[in-house]
Amino acid sequence: MESATVTGSSRLLAGGLGWRRRALNITMTALIAAAFVIALIPLISLVYEVAKRGIPGLSLEFFTEDARGQIGEGGGAAHAIVGTLVITGVASVISVPIGIMAAIYLNEYGTGRLRRALTFFVDVMTGIPSIVAGLFAYALFELFLGPGIRLGVMGSVALSVLMIPIVIRAAEEVLKIVPDHLREASYALGTPKWKTITKVVLPTAFAGLVTGVMIAVARIVGETAPLLVTTGVVDSMNSDPFNGRMQNLAVYAYNEYRSPGVFKQAAYDKAWAAALTLIAIVMLLNIAARLVYRRYKTEIR
Amino acid sequence: MSQVDTTTNAGQLLAAASGGRRRLGDRVFSRTAVVSAVTILALLAGVAMFLVSEGLPALTASASELPEGKSFVDYVAPLAFGTVLASAIAALVAVPLAVGVALFIPHVAPPRMALTLGYLVDLLAAIPSIVYGLWGIFVLGPAAVPVLKWLEERLGWLPFFEGPASATGRTMLVAGLVLAVMILPIVSAVAREVFAQTPRKLQEGAQALGATRWEMIRIVVLPFGRSSVISGAMLGLGRALGETMAVTIILSVSGAVTFNLISQANPSTIAANIALNFPESSGLAINALIATGLVLFAITLVTNMAARAVIARHEHE
Repeated sequence: MESATVTGSSRLLAGGLGWRRRALNITMTALIAAAFVIALIPLISLVYEVAKRGIPGLSLEFFTEDARGQIGEGGGAAHAIVGTLVITGVASVISVPIGIMAAIYLNEYGTGRLRRALTFFVDVMTGIPSIVAGLFAYALFELFLGPGIRLGVMGSVALSVLMIPIVIRAAEEVLKIVPDHLREASYALGTPKWKTITKVVLPTAFAGLVTGVMIAVARIVGETAPLLVTTGVVDSMNSDPFNGRMQNLAVYAYNEYRSPGVFKQAAYDKAWAAALTLIAIVMLLNIAARLVYRRYKTEIR
Repeated sequence: MSQVDTTTNAGQLLAAASGGRRRLGDRVFSRTAVVSAVTILALLAGVAMFLVSEGLPALTASASELPEGKSFVDYVAPLAFGTVLASAIAALVAVPLAVGVALFIPHVAPPRMALTLGYLVDLLAAIPSIVYGLWGIFVLGPAAVPVLKWLEERLGWLPFFEGPASATGRTMLVAGLVLAVMILPIVSAVAREVFAQTPRKLQEGAQALGATRWEMIRIVVLPFGRSSVISGAMLGLGRALGETMAVTIILSVSGAVTFNLISQANPSTIAANIALNFPESSGLAINALIATGLVLFAITLVTNMAARAVIARHEHE
């Protein structure tokens, strides 16, 4: 390898690049650029197609009506939108406190074996396939409530299994960059450790924590597989996570595609409209997360 | 690290020196943190325990009681084959592209655009899998049909392209391609991170010796990031193994065990099989599906562990 560069340099001194090396350089640069273009094609195609096919299905009705007793073109996805909000909301209520406290443990308290075990198993958790998280929630609730059980909160538990490691990883990153001199200054004033964490460390990291949580929500809001096996499919509005089946946007889209019934095109339109709504939610969360971070992040010197 | 230790000690010292009231607050807060940590470990133990206890009945049941009247091993083997096949296609396609993307952003792209372009690639990771599924079956599948026909005509002598070519595009090849798109941002994010850490002086040194851009990349950047590309590829593979909805929607399954990637008859994957059959199953069929989930969990676990081991070794160096 080394000799190659040396030969190269002497040749350069002898006067310009050989055509072979120049051609290889141009070819490889072109290949790298081509890889990037190829990677972007699906993104562009996907966004374009979802917008094109999703817009016809969007209507006021789509956002205000449920699908109870609807056949054909009528009906909406209000029940699915409410379900998505409730299921994701409950999942966040479970995951965010546990995740942030665990990150505080890892960064501020953790020592020895428990810390090592937690770091290791958070990595393991990150790799749990989403459908397996769904099966876990089903197995857990089935044990207490009997076979065939479907509840909104089961979906939230499944999503929590996926969300907790994301929150921990994000929060840990942010807590890590809070400089130690802030903590030391606080201790020097005689502040106890827990007050130092709640009044100095967390406020300094606040923007990063909010951003991390929003990204984590964006990651789970479009999950389909774990909800398919836990929350079931239903056509009517249900906003109580502890009582009965609950619809959500992702499963709604899947179901409109899978069992379109007689009015095929109308069902497909609704599936695409739900996909478009989901993408919009995910993109908004991502953009908002970036804005929050840029606007509120604490300048650390 | 040592700095953290001293602050911790200082905190403890102060806590010890100050009044009991303060110490109570400290104790409550640190206990809460420890409890959260233990809860997460318990949760994970719960995942393993409940899956095992619900999966076990299927492992011990006789073949006639299980779905399709097969023993559990015969039931899960074709599914595991399909899972690995789809993920392997995804990794084969995604890894070279991801390396290209990871090199393009810092080394080839105009510097002012690099950040935005990186953000665009990350967006691919944010799109829900159900949307990839719909895109795969309505857009990519139909678009791939003429390509599949061409492959059958020209490369039909290879077992992969034996045909008959599917008329809908619901084939293993298309499912693998969609998975490739889904894992590309993960692989490229890992590669990009390490490529960015290539010491600047090595890069500049190579160029000062007259290396072209490609020679600099080949001699300095690629060897530096090799192990990270491997671990990124394995993380991507782990994601592809567990990916459910895209495959569920796109693949037309027959249970056949075949390397033929372009026909209508394909093996299913473990995850897709659960998603397709779980809602309408009951009794022992549920146990069997949960047991297949356990197998999937084990496969992804091994893959991810291997990836982490490669990363850890790299960080050690």
